[in-house]
Amino acid sequence: MASIKVDGTLVEVPDYYTLMQAAEAAGAEIPRFCYHERLSVAGNCRMCLVEVKGGPPKPQASCAMSVKDLRPGPNGEPPEMFTNTPMVKKAREGVMEFLLINHPLDCPICDQGGECDLQDQAMAYGVDKNRFAENKRAVEDKYLGPLVKTEMNRCIHCTRCVRFTTEVAGITEMGLLGRGEDAEITSYLEQALTSELQGNVIDLCPVGALTSKPYAFHARPWELVKTETIDVMDAVGSNIRVDSRGREVMRILPRVNEAINEEWISDKTRFIWDGLKSQRLDRPYVRSGGKLKPASWDEAFAAIAKAIKASGGGNKVGAIAGDLAAVEDMYALKALMTSLGSGMTDCRPAMSGIDPSMPRSAYIFNPTIAGIEDADAILIMGSNPRKEAALVNARIRKAWRAKNTPIALIGDNADLTYKYEYLGNGLSALADLVARKGSFGEILSKAVRPLIIVGEGAVSHGAAHSKQIGRDVLAMAAKLATGSGAAEDWNGLALLHNAAGRVGGLDIGFVPHDGGVCSADQIGLAGKGELDVLFLLGADEYDTSAMGKAFVVYVGTHGDAGAHRADVILPSAAYTEKSGTYVNTEGRVQLAERAVFPPGEAKEDWAIFRALSAVLGQPLPFNSLSQLRAAIYAEFPHLARLDQIAQGSLADVKKLAGAAIKTKSATFTSPVADFYLTNPIARSSATMGECAALQAGLRQAAE
Amino acid sequence: MRFAQFLNGLLLREFVGAFFLAMKYFFAPKKTVNYPFEKIPYSPRFRGEHALRRYPNGEERCIACKLCEAICPAQAITIEAGPRQNDGTRRTVRYDIDMVKCIYCGFCQEACPVDAIVEGPNFEFATETREELYFSKEKLLANGDRWEREIAANLAADAPYR
Repeated sequence: MASIKVDGTLVEVPDYYTLMQAAEAAGAEIPRFCYHERLSVAGNCRMCLVEVKGGPPKPQASCAMSVKDLRPGPNGEPPEMFTNTPMVKKAREGVMEFLLINHPLDCPICDQGGECDLQDQAMAYGVDKNRFAENKRAVEDKYLGPLVKTEMNRCIHCTRCVRFTTEVAGITEMGLLGRGEDAEITSYLEQALTSELQGNVIDLCPVGALTSKPYAFHARPWELVKTETIDVMDAVGSNIRVDSRGREVMRILPRVNEAINEEWISDKTRFIWDGLKSQRLDRPYVRSGGKLKPASWDEAFAAIAKAIKASGGGNKVGAIAGDLAAVEDMYALKALMTSLGSGMTDCRPAMSGIDPSMPRSAYIFNPTIAGIEDADAILIMGSNPRKEAALVNARIRKAWRAKNTPIALIGDNADLTYKYEYLGNGLSALADLVARKGSFGEILSKAVRPLIIVGEGAVSHGAAHSKQIGRDVLAMAAKLATGSGAAEDWNGLALLHNAAGRVGGLDIGFVPHDGGVCSADQIGLAGKGELDVLFLLGADEYDTSAMGKAFVVYVGTHGDAGAHRADVILPSAAYTEKSGTYVNTEGRVQLAERAVFPPGEAKEDWAIFRALSAVLGQPLPFNSLSQLRAAIYAEFPHLARLDQIAQGSLADVKKLAGAAIKTKSATFTSPVADFYLTNPIARSSATMGECAALQAGLRQAAE
Repeated sequence: MRFAQFLNGLLLREFVGAFFLAMKYFFAPKKTVNYPFEKIPYSPRFRGEHALRRYPNGEERCIACKLCEAICPAQAITIEAGPRQNDGTRRTVRYDIDMVKCIYCGFCQEACPVDAIVEGPNFEFATETREELYFSKEKLLANGDRWEREIAANLAADAPYR
């Protein structure tokens, strides 16, 4: 600890603190542009100048100078810093004047206007005059792809974007060229950025040099209604803020949550919003004469009731929940299925190795996302975290950068933005590791906190394969996670799901029971004509062509694969349009809030099932969302503890590890082929389509 | 006292005084104007019907900064913006003023950084229906084109005092 006087108040801070951190600890505000807590210190904007006593007699950049750099006084008095002296005021005014020399001052046409650091700080710390009469410099705008718009005249060379892309996103595609007035931020080759985290440079940019291209000029920050909610694009459950105007979602921004997404979000999360406005199902449809015709809710319900009556109920009726289903929706659907006497419910991808009988620790990311930083060896199998959970990948990269954590991959070889040992693709590589063969096997056997990330691609092998593969992979992963050296307080088995609804579905038991069968078998039975009615709750990632003559009821938001196959379409609310509980891959329960209302006649999913149950003559026992929630919380108390994780037990993982291995060989394929097109909302988004096309082009060019 | 009152009544003093006062104003020059044919002079700061101005080269001035919308105390202005198709510059796709809501406070023209929205000298825009008072961007630009000379003269006349 070191003591320092900030503006006369004595504070005790750790001696590795910078002057800026010490000032913050003392409650003194210091303006800054280039400094950012999560990036390296650059010290090039000079806005954070302070006066120090016990150091050089000139203004000092407080972001780059450490508390321990200051000498104590001759009698051992603590060193002093000042943030409100005339010297500091003059320094700040001077720096601000320099920054504004070449800044175009086009705030009225700048999208950053109203939420601009330069605007705010010029008001707070600047002067109203400019002594610079010469022409301002002009810088050519750079092309950074379809997501980030540039207006390089506005750039103040803080290099936050350069540091973010190199340090966090792991792409060395941006840099600062030239010196002095000729300095320019550039992407070198005028190519689109290839990171899936590039949207974050928009938030980082303290001026309007980097802005959002899809959002360009559409709204002002002061006219937006801000709703704090949860993202469902992947199973990470990033905390987001949805900004809406009227009935439209205008943009999506990250919220800080140290345990999950820090303050980043992936591009899919950020730029998905135009998909919420196109291809929407806004009224019920009923298929008649081979064509889907618009219908009223009553007609749609009558058609469903007729089909269910004809089937006789029981296990002739099945239900599959898709990737974006909230807990409430699945609970209501499960209750409806139970009232029909059916146990045919499933929320897992085809032939998942996650068995309904397995404990919670077998299907959640036990070590937690923040725990990645504590791991001392990381094995990734059957997953491309960069595509499946970009923020988990960013966390792994953070751990790798900070501690050089050894990382190995089994599965498709891919660029994950950090160095890893590639162990091949298949069960044999995993078996070698279990036998502690090879250099990484040795590392794992010594690891105290091994982290075994099991992707969807390792657990679910598609309808053509057996469930046993996934079970064996899980058992082997559990064996690795609970190896001899592993600490007793460390649960290293980490299931990395790629769907926001999955853990919630597994938590409430939206899995086959009472004679029910899994999703792939349900579709198989439907194809054979043994399953008569099939409910698809936003389930588009399944083989909809194999459903035979079954009567398919699609409850969803977008006209995607499921809706094309459907016999009745019931329009429902997307994740920004309903209040729903989502459980992320760690098992963390989070509540998403409604930002806007669903379009047209669309209703919230649980309300649809409640209304349908009344038509079927067995009304479900809840009439409002709060009653539904009360029922859920009574049955699954851990879902009531928002923002918390009900930990899985290590003993369960150890039991899992004891299972006998039956499978001889298998290969792992990541289920996410295209990062930008993983769900119906993304597939309806023009921005995501553009990104996907661009990425496909880049991939082709590389081959 | 009662006597003086009596005399006033007897001699119709107040009646005669009032008669002469009336006659004085009867022959004095008129203060009123023959309105539709004559108009009084108005201040260059007069806040009348709104108009959206153009630059001399025909380019619309408005850059869709939405400051007028933000400052409007009656919330009479509705703007939707986006990049213009041909050159990608920031423009309004919709600029509506609800003239029924408008309180003619002039804040919009004060807020405008490019002197695009102005309250012109025209006050004769009464309409038969309410709907005609919902001004669209086309209507406002047409107003600007019609009144540009007067608006420019007024702005020039007022400029020294700003």
